[in-house]
Amino acid sequence: MGDRVAIVPALNEEASIGGVIEGIRAFDPAFEVVVVADGSTDRTAEVAAGHGATVLRLPFNLGIGGAVQTGFRYAWEHGCELVVRVDGDGQHDPAELGAILAPVLAGQADVVVGSRFVGTDGYRSSRTRRVGIRVLAWSVSAIVRQRVTDPTSGFQALNRHALALFAADYPHDYPEVEATVMAHRCRLRLQEVPVTMRERGGGRSSITAVHSVYYMVKVLLALFVDLFRRPAAPLEDA
Amino acid sequence: MTPLRVSIAGAIASILLLLVVFELIRSRRLKERYALLWLATGVVLLVLSVWRGGLNTIARWLGVTGYPPAVLFAVGILFVILVLLHYSTVISRLSDENVTLAQRLALLEEELRARRR
Repeated sequence: MGDRVAIVPALNEEASIGGVIEGIRAFDPAFEVVVVADGSTDRTAEVAAGHGATVLRLPFNLGIGGAVQTGFRYAWEHGCELVVRVDGDGQHDPAELGAILAPVLAGQADVVVGSRFVGTDGYRSSRTRRVGIRVLAWSVSAIVRQRVTDPTSGFQALNRHALALFAADYPHDYPEVEATVMAHRCRLRLQEVPVTMRERGGGRSSITAVHSVYYMVKVLLALFVDLFRRPAAPLEDA
Repeated sequence: MTPLRVSIAGAIASILLLLVVFELIRSRRLKERYALLWLATGVVLLVLSVWRGGLNTIARWLGVTGYPPAVLFAVGILFVILVLLHYSTVISRLSDENVTLAQRLALLEEELRARRR
């Protein structure tokens, strides 16, 4: 089983996780759904297992980066060719998976990111967060020399080339921005497609106001220092 | 007034600290999240070293009338205390996680052995 894997990171999302799993099934039953329960203290893992998902239970909270990379490593070790990442809180609509998968399936991109800000309307986050996202978007676009509008989006599809990189090396806590730059520096082809995101299905966002500031400073520092580094080394098939 | 040599020495020391921290991050021996406080330390000490008028003003506010550079030491010590406190919380979390990991491993080993029998 598992030449296609859907990675669903989830921290205490018992209310929404079932719907996310069923949504992915409805989109394409060929996907093995791998829920990474990131030290959840509620019934996320039980509910996910009840819906037939593979559940990786982390013994304590690793943060979103560590959780997603657990899924990447699982997918890599199972020889998976195609990976999507769908957040467990229900803000990513599995019905839109077709849009982010298309460029990967067509061989036009290695990493495809669903963006809230290209074209379509729908759910928009708070104003301060939008400003923060714009600063990061501008920085990332300048580094990768390509227009990136939503660098914090976790709604992504990737092929095995990208999986080889991210299974080997993936940023901690809030990974998407740095991962975008890493991918570019390893000469992976990036593409953004418009998607509509929903309000969270239940539970609370793990990002608070103080956190957003810390997040911005930390990520900008990481982006800056990374300019002086050699690119990360991907894994290789045995 | 702060002696010029003290300002120069302070500035050089701060810049060295910033360079060392930068190189540690670059070579991946220091994670960004644990580097932020060190960088703040370096920047604040650098500012107070270079901005001599500011250091004197702050010293006056604090009632340090005899020797303004004492404020530089005080601020340096304050930041070192902050960094140490931060690390203490980090170590506490790590030791908790380490216990959890060892326990999970022991349980897994036991289950593996039970299955082999």
